[in-house]
Amino acid sequence: MDTAIEMERAGINLKPSGRMPDDSVLQAPVEAGKTVGNITVDDPIFSCRDVDVYYGEKHAIKKVGIDIGKNSVLAMIGPSGCGKSTFLRCLNRMNDTIPNARVVGSIKLDGNDIHDKKQDVVQLRARVGMVFQKPNPFPKSIYENVAYGPRIHGLAGDRVELDEIVHSSLQRAGLWEEVKDRLQHPGTSLSGGQQQRLCIARTIAVNPEVILMDEPCSALDPIATARIEDLMEELRQSYAIVIVTHSMQQAARVSQRTAYFHLGDLIEVGETDRIFTNPRHRLTEDYITGRFG
Amino acid sequence: MNKPRLSAKETQALVARSIRRRYWAEHRFRTYGLGAVIAGMAFLVYLFFVIFSNGIGAFRQTELRLDVFYDPAIIDPAGTRKLEELQSADYAAVVRAALKERFKDVEGRAATRELTHLVSGSAAFDLQRAVLRNPSLLGTRETRWVLASDAVDLTLKGHVDRALPEAERPLSDRQLGWVDELRAEGALALKFNKGFLTSGDSREPENAGIWGAVAGSFFTLVLTLLLSFPIGVAAAIYLEEFARKNRWTDIIEVNINNLAAVPSIVFGLLGLAVFIGFFGLPRSAPLVGAMVLTLLTLPTIIIASRAALKAVPPSIREAALGMGASKIQMVMHHVLPLAMPGMLTGTIIGMARALGESAPLLMIGMVAFIVDVPKGITDPSTVLPVQVYLWSDSPERGFVEKTSGAIIVLLAFLVVMNTTAVILRKRFERRW
Repeated sequence: MDTAIEMERAGINLKPSGRMPDDSVLQAPVEAGKTVGNITVDDPIFSCRDVDVYYGEKHAIKKVGIDIGKNSVLAMIGPSGCGKSTFLRCLNRMNDTIPNARVVGSIKLDGNDIHDKKQDVVQLRARVGMVFQKPNPFPKSIYENVAYGPRIHGLAGDRVELDEIVHSSLQRAGLWEEVKDRLQHPGTSLSGGQQQRLCIARTIAVNPEVILMDEPCSALDPIATARIEDLMEELRQSYAIVIVTHSMQQAARVSQRTAYFHLGDLIEVGETDRIFTNPRHRLTEDYITGRFG
Repeated sequence: MNKPRLSAKETQALVARSIRRRYWAEHRFRTYGLGAVIAGMAFLVYLFFVIFSNGIGAFRQTELRLDVFYDPAIIDPAGTRKLEELQSADYAAVVRAALKERFKDVEGRAATRELTHLVSGSAAFDLQRAVLRNPSLLGTRETRWVLASDAVDLTLKGHVDRALPEAERPLSDRQLGWVDELRAEGALALKFNKGFLTSGDSREPENAGIWGAVAGSFFTLVLTLLLSFPIGVAAAIYLEEFARKNRWTDIIEVNINNLAAVPSIVFGLLGLAVFIGFFGLPRSAPLVGAMVLTLLTLPTIIIASRAALKAVPPSIREAALGMGASKIQMVMHHVLPLAMPGMLTGTIIGMARALGESAPLLMIGMVAFIVDVPKGITDPSTVLPVQVYLWSDSPERGFVEKTSGAIIVLLAFLVVMNTTAVILRKRFERRW
């Protein structure tokens, strides 16, 4: 895949021979901020415009603008190093923790800029939860893993309420039946797929509005992956979900909208069905047809 | 396609040739390692053997059986029975009388003085304590074991060569005769030396005890731990988790590493100049000793704690931050518990070093001759390694085994301290 990117950079045309150019596919070169497709949605929860991210000298994200709708799944795809994870981490300001990282542009959550001085980062992360690539439960018991968020945010008045939150969160994450008899066992004793569902339970325990998922299934086997995908379909009823994935099949299965990133540019956004059947940009088409990647 | 340079057979022949050399290298390396371990163990065993064979004698002391008559005519000639009278009475005369009663044929001042030299000067204090505790002893008789002098003790332990000319021996021919006589009737015996473990220092080897130094070391180290652990861990957390990484933090880091290599006596000079000279804190006090040792152990603790913090996987930090934990919550709830075993290891190393330090404490006066057992952190005191140094420097032959005895106590102190720390660390270690 890396060779493909380098060839692309060097201006080598990846267009396969023996194929006539299709008029419906845009040939135009990529230009920062010029995204193909409709980036807006009605009543968005997140509204991002002209977002640039720099890691020191490196310009990782260029003029990205996109809306994220409520109760739907947005999949972000693209080759490694294209900036999709970086963009995801902008949404709950996890990039703040990286020295030298600089984010400019406007990212509005429910109309309020998340970089506003009045916006507290702790509160933001309570509203925008995150599930990571590698399952990372705390080295504490299963119960404590789920109870941690409600506890630090003061969501439960007493022990009974806390028990109730833990119970319902595990249930919604589809983990309750498997762990109800061993809530005091360490969270790290679970299998990989169970750990990832524990991380999802931990995230929904603080009742966020948006859940960010950074390749949540890349360390899991197909059965565990299928369980998480089913879970996402259920969670979509209550939350907005943004998922970064390397698997185009997964993007096609779980998402309603898809965004394609390439070398820091947001190339194309659209309804998932449309992107996978009728991509409008050359690069999108090359990627989803597997000509690189 | 190109033909490979070597055929499969040729390749195998080359591999076979190198294999023997590789195994030989491995075998050689193992032999070196084993040899190093065996040599190290041998030296350790030798060291322990020497220390224990020299020092075990310090835990046993010769005592002499006396038939004491608490003569009211000597102790309380006025018959007032007042406490001050009983306190200031001449108990040495009581001891002398008891000895003369045993050896009735001894006449003359010189012979009497030689006779009283069989018994330690502390015997009189022993009788005084007994009478003060129970004044009704007056006028009664009692068989009592009192400490023999260090010369008698050395003779009984076989450290005195009887073949030497009389002038070069600690005991004269006449005294040796008395010792043999007492020994034959069972009135001289080696008994467990309680005084060594319960009393403070003394100029007389038979009375010198280690407890003053143990208490001094205890106060000093507890205070060092209370000062250096929180400061060291807090500094490490600040530098590792909160401080911005810039030139200033780089300079601080380099300087902390340099401080770890500064000779310890320099810290002693600093303590003398700043804590005693400038702030006017008391000399010879565990308080000042602990402050100096804190400066000494801080770099070790900070370096180890930073390494432990760095070793905590970033995924745990991201998980905590992603949940909306603030930075201090992330550190306190998740990072610190995982880093604690490593921090405690650094603290153990630092404290072990602090326990063995004597040079910086010499500078702040903890080398003084102190008889009283310290009762607090501002009382004058000394510490175990300094006590070892002081006794090894004393001219009396009796202090030789005391020195080794003190080393045994120092090692025991170290073992107890480290065992506690290791048990504590095990509790923090969660393997999940």
